[in-house]
Amino acid sequence: MTETEAVPETDGGEQPKPHTIRLELADEPGQLLDALRPIAENGGNLLSIFHERGNLTPRGRIPVEVDLECLPDRFDAIVDALRAEGVNVIQAGAEHYGETVTVLLVGHLVDSDLSDTLRRIEQCSSASLSDISLSAPEGRDDVSSASLRLATYTGRTEDALEVVRKVAREKDLHVIEPLTEVSQ
Amino acid sequence: MSDGKRLAVLGAGAVGGSVVELAAEYGHTVTAFADSASAVVDADGIDTAAALGSKAETGRVGTADPDAALDADYDVLVEATPTTLDDAEPGFSHVRDALERDRHVVLANKGPVAERYADLMALERESAGDVRFEATVGGAIPVLSTIEDLSPAHVTAARGVLNGTANFILSRMAAEGLGYEHVLAEAQDLGVAEADPSFDVDGTDAALKCVILSNVLADGDREYTLADADVEGIKNVPGSALELAAEDGQTIRLIGEATPDGARVSPRLVSQNAALAVTGTRNIVQLESEHAGQLNISGRGAGGPETASAVLADVGRLD
Repeated sequence: MTETEAVPETDGGEQPKPHTIRLELADEPGQLLDALRPIAENGGNLLSIFHERGNLTPRGRIPVEVDLECLPDRFDAIVDALRAEGVNVIQAGAEHYGETVTVLLVGHLVDSDLSDTLRRIEQCSSASLSDISLSAPEGRDDVSSASLRLATYTGRTEDALEVVRKVAREKDLHVIEPLTEVSQ
Repeated sequence: MSDGKRLAVLGAGAVGGSVVELAAEYGHTVTAFADSASAVVDADGIDTAAALGSKAETGRVGTADPDAALDADYDVLVEATPTTLDDAEPGFSHVRDALERDRHVVLANKGPVAERYADLMALERESAGDVRFEATVGGAIPVLSTIEDLSPAHVTAARGVLNGTANFILSRMAAEGLGYEHVLAEAQDLGVAEADPSFDVDGTDAALKCVILSNVLADGDREYTLADADVEGIKNVPGSALELAAEDGQTIRLIGEATPDGARVSPRLVSQNAALAVTGTRNIVQLESEHAGQLNISGRGAGGPETASAVLADVGRLD
């Protein structure tokens, strides 16, 4: 976009702004289309898509970089809609979630107020909860397990894990941590 | 290859028995062999087949007092009595006795190396004898000699699967979708787990090995004992956790980690394709080194002949 080019004004006088969203997609047919639909449906205008097929993430997923433009007040709705569709958003706008980490929680998850547990992990400034799976095979009287996928700021994974450990200790839950190799 | 040595073997369990059985194949002579209740001593070499036969039939290797083995003529004391914690006795006293006589010591017993490393090193400094303990970590896998070759100062971390029983249970649970108690009972039937499996499933055995590794990596700067290790076993890992892990291409393994700054054992998420995700009773150790990058060494982490081969490799490394 050049400066001389006329940009249509909208009701609030605001102009569309460009944004970059980084996604991780499973290597399955239809995944890319499913990821793009919420952008269009929520007022985003696609500018470019960089589908890095040859460059798998450590978790075996395909990184995708989407450039789009939208009105400032639409951007959060687009990211929320992507996440609601189950798309793994690694980085959106000013958020720089450079790493994802999966931890398991084991114990009496329901009786120890799972939503409170998740809320406290979410409140941690280093991480955003991007996915959760719960398995409670024997009903609520027996121990259940939850798999939490956290998007964390680059270099802040250990901080996020410490928050998970602290909440788990208080609630008598067990944490099964990922083996993050020492990088010193 | 060094010359044949005269060995005094203390401990007549799977490891001690296998050392006695295999010693001649490696060019060594067993001059003394003792269990907790008896001993057999002969400066020209004991009749190993007779001693092992006697052990199998009567529970005793011979008719002499067990202390006679310590007083025998030998070049190398092989300490293969059961691992004990805290003061690591009676193994530690056996080792002291040998070093004070300026004899070499080769340990399969983890207790003295994990619980009294500084005392052990102090005794070695005062002695003309050397102390080696390859068999205490990873059974047949040459972990400590690899670290020695790389030099401990250039190895930043060691991590891996160091307990075959726990690994058998976790990998069976994951593969068959069975619960912990069910697989434990199966492991006991197969002889993979002992009647009292707590040493293995609580992570204690893996932790002792990590403590030994941390002591070696710290190279005398700090001493670690079991009490310094952060240890969690596998009893709290339900089948549902393994299922959730599998949905994400991952699995759970009891991983031991050792650095110069400490030791930790806990169930961890690892990729199903990771080198560390070994199955069954197999062990693996991954070393991080400054100049050689990452090394993975895998093999049998327990068993009589396997561990005896590590003991005999140590004997061969002595001058």
